[in-house]
Amino acid sequence: MIGMLQRLGASTLETAATLGRAVLFLLRVLRGSGELIRRPGLLVHEMYSVGVLTLVIIVVSGLFVGMVLALQGYYTLVDFGAEQSLGVLVALSLTRELGPVVTALLFAGRAGSALTAEIGLMKATEQLAGMEMMAVDPEHRVIAPRLAAAILSLPLLTVIFNVLGVTGAWLVSVNLLGVDGGSFWSQMQSQVSFSDDILNGLIKSVMFGVVAGWIAVFNGYDCRPTSHGVSRATTRTVVVTSLIVLGLDFVLTALMFD
Amino acid sequence: MDNSRTMEIAVGAFVAAGLAALFVLAMQVSNITAFQRTEGYTVDAYFQNVGGLRERAPVSLSGVQIGRVSAIRLDPDRFEARVELTIRSEYDNLPSDTAARVRTSGLLGEQYVSLQPGGMPDSLGPGDEITLTQSALVLEEIVGQFLYEQSSGDDQ
Repeated sequence: MIGMLQRLGASTLETAATLGRAVLFLLRVLRGSGELIRRPGLLVHEMYSVGVLTLVIIVVSGLFVGMVLALQGYYTLVDFGAEQSLGVLVALSLTRELGPVVTALLFAGRAGSALTAEIGLMKATEQLAGMEMMAVDPEHRVIAPRLAAAILSLPLLTVIFNVLGVTGAWLVSVNLLGVDGGSFWSQMQSQVSFSDDILNGLIKSVMFGVVAGWIAVFNGYDCRPTSHGVSRATTRTVVVTSLIVLGLDFVLTALMFD
Repeated sequence: MDNSRTMEIAVGAFVAAGLAALFVLAMQVSNITAFQRTEGYTVDAYFQNVGGLRERAPVSLSGVQIGRVSAIRLDPDRFEARVELTIRSEYDNLPSDTAARVRTSGLLGEQYVSLQPGGMPDSLGPGDEITLTQSALVLEEIVGQFLYEQSSGDDQ
């Protein structure tokens, strides 16, 4: 009984300490991110591995999510003779919820895990310590460009995901199921608002970018420098990012859309 | 050097694709655009009530779509809705006494303009007006009328 209490207390303290380290770490990285303006080449390099290489999975998933959404929506709406509303259904679901959330989840799996593993391995092979020896701050040189790349890439990926989702829905509903193309677009355009739906979705994805990038680089930086530690940190990145993105999405939705 | 140049081009293309996607979302998904214009000639029809009719709703004859609603605005003199119908140019032989009515597809579906051809020998041309129109059925009015008739029937 005492032992259980002790373990509970120890894990609570450990969680609090990790959170504190994460916040202090973020502040230090943000303070050092001014250097990125002088060296944009670092950012371009990270944008490539974080953003461009994630593009394929985003494109394919976006297309299929849109197609499936259209197919399922059609089966329900056709009973009410309201299949022209398919465009609204798909566009609102994508821009408000599915776009930012699914992109963030895929991003955590594809790019977040890679970031954690890369930084963790740099730590395990003492490259980070080596940089400090050469008076190069690894938080500025290694972490800041990766975090910035994640924050910039996720909104771009989300917007691309949304467009491909709508395209996929259009392909299925207009070309396959015979929904009228004009009604598909006109109902969508009359009911989707740029400022309320698309911009709010974009704000969401920026927040998710901060969360996903922060968790990924922190877990890599904070991991135990062993092969086991790196693997655990990589898993933790994907799990924690997914949970926090889903939770944060609920809060943001409650705040944004009434 | 060559490698980093490829990388720069890839990142540039990625950012450009993202911005282009945002533009597409803004223009095609949310706002009314000039895209997807129906080619053809326009005729006007005045309705007392267009109900839930929207721009770019289909215009159909015998259930076949032959055009689109290109503009809806209020006529300030007649206090009626002036609906501009763009009809595809291959259907240029509609009789001049063609009637237009606003109908609903299904019980809850979108509203569209249904045309019924008349019997006049001369045909509608660009800018002509369809004089025979029937407004949209507004459910509240029908229910209200029904209830009114029910209650007046009870009094007798």
